[in-house]
Amino acid sequence: MTQIVLALAIGVLTASGVWLMLRPRTFQVIIGLSLVSYAVNLFIFSMGRLRSGAAAFTSKGAEDPALYADPTPQALVLTAIVISFALTALFLVVLLASRGETGSDHVDGQETPE
Amino acid sequence: MTDWQEHLIIGPIVLPMVIAAAMLLFDERRRLLKGGLSLFAMAAILAMALALLHESATGATGGGDTARVYQLGDWPAPFGIVLVADRLSTLMVALTSVLGACSMIFALARWDRAGPRFHALFLLLVMGVNGAFLTGDLFNLFVFFEIMLAASYGLALHGSGEARIRAGLAYIAVNLTASMLFLIGVSLIYGVTGTLNMADLAVRIPQIAEADRGLFHVGAAILGVAFLTKCAMWPLGFWLTTTYSAASAPAAAVFAILSKVGAYVIIRLSFLLFGPDGGASAGFGQLWILLGGLATIGFGTAGLIAARDLSIAAAYAVIVSSGTVLAAVGTGNADVLGGAVFYLVGSTLACGALFMLAEVLNRGQDPGARSGRAVFEDEYFDPFDDEERNEPGLVIPAAVAALGGAFLIATLMVAGLPPLAGFIGKLAMMEASARFGGWAGYAIVVALSLASLGALIGLTRLGVAALWARDDDAEPAVVVGAAEGVAIAGLLAACIFLAIFGEAGFAYADHTADWLVRPDAYIRAVLGGGS
Repeated sequence: MTQIVLALAIGVLTASGVWLMLRPRTFQVIIGLSLVSYAVNLFIFSMGRLRSGAAAFTSKGAEDPALYADPTPQALVLTAIVISFALTALFLVVLLASRGETGSDHVDGQETPE
Repeated sequence: MTDWQEHLIIGPIVLPMVIAAAMLLFDERRRLLKGGLSLFAMAAILAMALALLHESATGATGGGDTARVYQLGDWPAPFGIVLVADRLSTLMVALTSVLGACSMIFALARWDRAGPRFHALFLLLVMGVNGAFLTGDLFNLFVFFEIMLAASYGLALHGSGEARIRAGLAYIAVNLTASMLFLIGVSLIYGVTGTLNMADLAVRIPQIAEADRGLFHVGAAILGVAFLTKCAMWPLGFWLTTTYSAASAPAAAVFAILSKVGAYVIIRLSFLLFGPDGGASAGFGQLWILLGGLATIGFGTAGLIAARDLSIAAAYAVIVSSGTVLAAVGTGNADVLGGAVFYLVGSTLACGALFMLAEVLNRGQDPGARSGRAVFEDEYFDPFDDEERNEPGLVIPAAVAALGGAFLIATLMVAGLPPLAGFIGKLAMMEASARFGGWAGYAIVVALSLASLGALIGLTRLGVAALWARDDDAEPAVVVGAAEGVAIAGLLAACIFLAIFGEAGFAYADHTADWLVRPDAYIRAVLGGGS
């Protein structure tokens, strides 16, 4: 059950993200990129296999790895979150600069004639 | 081996990081101090890179190949993080430091004043590139890739102006998407194999269960797409020309190495993971890389001939260079790869020099005069209208004659004509491909010949327009600052040096290829635990 919910969440996030990234407005692109990055973070997390109620670190006297959740993907997700957060902030600044410089929020910097 | 020598390998990563961080503390107006610090950093990185290169060229005590392994925190290899300096990575680090030092010197003449925090961003870029070359596991590769990209976003926008912001927007969007693919690929590979260390991965690939192999291939392919986007393989590389030609000249020159980072990872992973020892995965994706490389050469050559502006032509030259390396990797043949490694070094230096020459020759011109697109629109604003700040310092006399000579050398290098090093690399690739035979070998020979012809036509035409057919009344006289002259001369001297010491250089490239097609030595060095 958890697996289906997680898979659906990743799928829906990715699909909406890709759709938004292909839109012509810069704000839509940035929201799309954010959604895809959430989907990717969940995806990395799921690659460590789903375990509920298991700790990610060992305690003394019970060092059997089967008792614990895989800590590596959790560390990877943490790094990926920090990096994508920073780069989204940077992209926002460029987006505003582009809006100010070209006077348009179209990704090409100019409106396509209807 | 003394203690400091063991830590030499991490120097090209830590030093630029520390100096870049320290530089943020100083006021932006203390340019002399910042310039001096960056020059010191680049000189020190160059010295360290050459020391590492010397070590991998002379080999271990027994005269064999050597890979220096550095375990961070002294954790053993598959569990901890390792840095690996073997023949290929030290060569790439040395190339980065030569190109980086020359671009930095070029920027000192005037470009570092065109916007804030140029030096810090530049050093962080160098740090990211060096880290990507030296790291031994996939996730740190991602981290260094992101450091490099984040710094490059800043540098691409350096100098501001509408053209840069528009190009930068597309550049950032494409690269963020590619980074997402990178993460998906890495996590799929981790999910299947349970490791991120490249050497450990190579050991585990033959043992992957048949049911999981498809998933592993999907992960590897997605990862490959991320790197192929970075090295601008057709049809993933349309972002490159607009970004590189809009970027300020020193940034564009150092960006020439960014696409080579993508090419480096493709070389490293294709031969390490999908070499003959890869079991059922051996040779995975090779045909696609070969075809993509050939298509990239064709696309880049057509673009080069069509370019009406020298900086756009230089950007297409970068694409052709990537395509050539990819096609050579696609053959999976050691001799072809040896030629490609030698070619890669020379062509990267020449592309960097071309970006600098393009900026010097087109400086102050009406941007619309030659191309339909404004490239340096903002030249009329901030740093350049202000006469006092616009002083390029000491000016080199007889600039046009010197630039003509420099342009000639850069053209010969890019086109791969004798007597320079570009020719040696290209000839070696052609000769090996012809011996390799089959349709692939002959296709490479034809593509490389046409690429040479195209580069010659395109660059000669642009050179004639910029140097000989100069309308002296309408166009401002060419002024070359001493620092700019030194930077261009440095890059071209490195190209000539490659030609003069071609034998030693080519032997090194050939050994590197041999080392790459026998990955077991690399695996043993990393998993064996230290040097």
